[in-house]
Amino acid sequence: MRIAAGKRLAAFCLVAPLVVFLVLFFVWPLATMMSNAVSSPGAVQALPQTGEVLADWDRTSPPTADMQAALVEDLRAIEDDQTVGDITRQLNSAKSGFRTLMAKTVSAVREDTGPIDLVAIDKRWSQVPFWQAIAAATASPYTDRNLLAAVDLARSPTGEIVSLPDTRSANLAILQRTFVIAAGTTLACMLIGYPYAMVAASCTGWKRQAMLAAVLLPLWTSLLVRTAAWFILLQDSGLINRMLQALGIIDTPLALLFNRTGVIIAMTHVLLPFMVLPIFSVLIAIPSNLMPAAASLGANPLRAFWRVLLPLSLRGVVSGSLLVFMTSIGYYITPALIGGPTDQMISSVIAFYATGTANWGMAGALGIVLLVATIALYVVYDRLSSSEGQRA
Amino acid sequence: MTQPYIRFDKVTKAYGDFIVVEDLYLDIAKGEFVSLLGPSGSGKTTILMMLAGFEPPTRGAVIVDEKRIDQLPPHRRNMGVVFQSYALFPHMTVADNVAFPLEMRGVPKANRKQLVDRALDMVQLGTMADRKPSQLSGGQQQRVALARALVFEPAVVLMDEPLGALDKQLREQMQLDIRDLHKRLGLTIIFVTHDQSEALTMSDRIAVFNKGRIEQIGTPNEIYDHPTTRFVADFIGETNLLDGAIETSDANGLIVALPGNKRIRVAAGSGEATGAAVTVSLRPEKIRLNSDAGSENSLPVTILDSVYHGDHLRMVLDAQGTRLIAKADRRFGDLQPGSKAIASFDAADCWLVRS
Repeated sequence: MRIAAGKRLAAFCLVAPLVVFLVLFFVWPLATMMSNAVSSPGAVQALPQTGEVLADWDRTSPPTADMQAALVEDLRAIEDDQTVGDITRQLNSAKSGFRTLMAKTVSAVREDTGPIDLVAIDKRWSQVPFWQAIAAATASPYTDRNLLAAVDLARSPTGEIVSLPDTRSANLAILQRTFVIAAGTTLACMLIGYPYAMVAASCTGWKRQAMLAAVLLPLWTSLLVRTAAWFILLQDSGLINRMLQALGIIDTPLALLFNRTGVIIAMTHVLLPFMVLPIFSVLIAIPSNLMPAAASLGANPLRAFWRVLLPLSLRGVVSGSLLVFMTSIGYYITPALIGGPTDQMISSVIAFYATGTANWGMAGALGIVLLVATIALYVVYDRLSSSEGQRA
Repeated sequence: MTQPYIRFDKVTKAYGDFIVVEDLYLDIAKGEFVSLLGPSGSGKTTILMMLAGFEPPTRGAVIVDEKRIDQLPPHRRNMGVVFQSYALFPHMTVADNVAFPLEMRGVPKANRKQLVDRALDMVQLGTMADRKPSQLSGGQQQRVALARALVFEPAVVLMDEPLGALDKQLREQMQLDIRDLHKRLGLTIIFVTHDQSEALTMSDRIAVFNKGRIEQIGTPNEIYDHPTTRFVADFIGETNLLDGAIETSDANGLIVALPGNKRIRVAAGSGEATGAAVTVSLRPEKIRLNSDAGSENSLPVTILDSVYHGDHLRMVLDAQGTRLIAKADRRFGDLQPGSKAIASFDAADCWLVRS
């Protein structure tokens, strides 16, 4: 028993650095991001009395004096400006206008210690939507507002889930665009990568090494450098356009930069190894006499490919596609540098919320949407590959 | 031999400067079972690959049924090929594997099923139709490969060391099975092997290859009993090769002088001049010990070693400086190493071979 326990301890010590690393740099940030997306504790903690009073409110009738008094009490109790700033930001992200309203109200509340008529300070306190925002914010420390907003939905004042108007959000459209670009990149990688892997697998010796090195080479260069290189190649007076013009194929330069074509070209170049390598490894494992066997049995090269090589290498194609697709839905730098405004992918929206407006809740929520989409894809792949394995 | 069905006409195959097959002439009749026998690297598989269409000949013509086929792609040659490692399609069932050539030839589905069943019954695998190749044993996989190569009734069946991966017992069973199919279906089979006993058991004719050339071609009997070259004598079975010089020749044959002042009588000789250096091949089982009944040749020998082989004893003898191997009957078990004996053999069993 003691020996077994000692062994287990030793084994744990071996993986402990990995566990610590994963928890510190993977699990914890992920958990933080997710909790950021769904939590809104500021108002619940800072406005306890208001929350109590508002819990009994039906959210449609005009605001009462009790509600006003509770809010005034709560605001007086807050002493540091940081908390005021937090709840103001939280409320403002739900209903715009709170920034000026709160600034006005807080200074008025702090000047006067007696009962205050809030409507006298600002007429907006008589409007139901502002109280609805406070009620929603104080009702629970958790909120689905960010998650819903990430997919262009929102809670109506009465709590039902409704679509946001087109003018207020474009997340779904950007998500869809993200998937379209990722699918285009995957398809391009497949069409280039499969024949490439086939040729590489049929070569031997230094030729094969050279082909694999050529496909791996991009991985040894920084993504930024490669993207910048494409920027130079794809521009109107770039190498590609000049060569096509010199050959007389085109008269005016093709628009390759700041549009989707350029984005997909550059992303395909970067992600090609992830397609070529899985297909290559599956292809070299296929016995070399199967294709001659198919030919001897009367299959022309195309049919032999379709009936023998492709079914046997499908596993590599699927895992390659999955790798490329999953990686490309998170792409940020390449669309940002090479794409136009209509080629920005979901990660650029996440970056906007995270670094542009410090709205960590929205950034986290969009991240969760992306994570869920990726996991769903992986589950589909896993199902497909395991059922394939059972049949074989 | 009747009109040849397959003809290699001065075929050469070279990879750069490296010549694999050189100036090959080979005629094969319809319905014949021909083995291409030789050590690895002797070019026998290359010949098969040229016939199947996987390798184009560098020079010369490959003719089948009076038509040159060396420009025809493999899928239009209508030849059944059985590969060394079976080459079954792992993602298809046994039945789908066998149906593949029929599918490629556009045979309707209903007929396909019938033909597949018949082919699988022929190799006694009717019950395995729905299995995957990975669920079969090596011998069963080989039989599937055979059924697949035969189901479309090809003009020629090519087999590239098809039994190499099987254990001895299974291999011998499959040899008989293939032999039986050949006779029953009247197939033309070209069989590549490096196993001389396999070639001897199965073939109508054997072509022995060495370094890209045919050393000798003939029936198993001719090849074994009358090897024309030292290589063939040595490669097929076991033999004693005795180097000597022709001393005299008369109507009954030759007298060959061996080193150590020994003389042996050789029945057949093909006009060699007196004094010429020759090599005599003498099969071990032709040597008798201590029984000189009617033998033209007898040599006093010392027994160096005696190894028990079950049905015979393998003896190493020393005939005054010449080492001989003899397969002796078990009743000579009392001849201990070191004892003296007389080795005798017939002049007719001594055979002159070229170096």
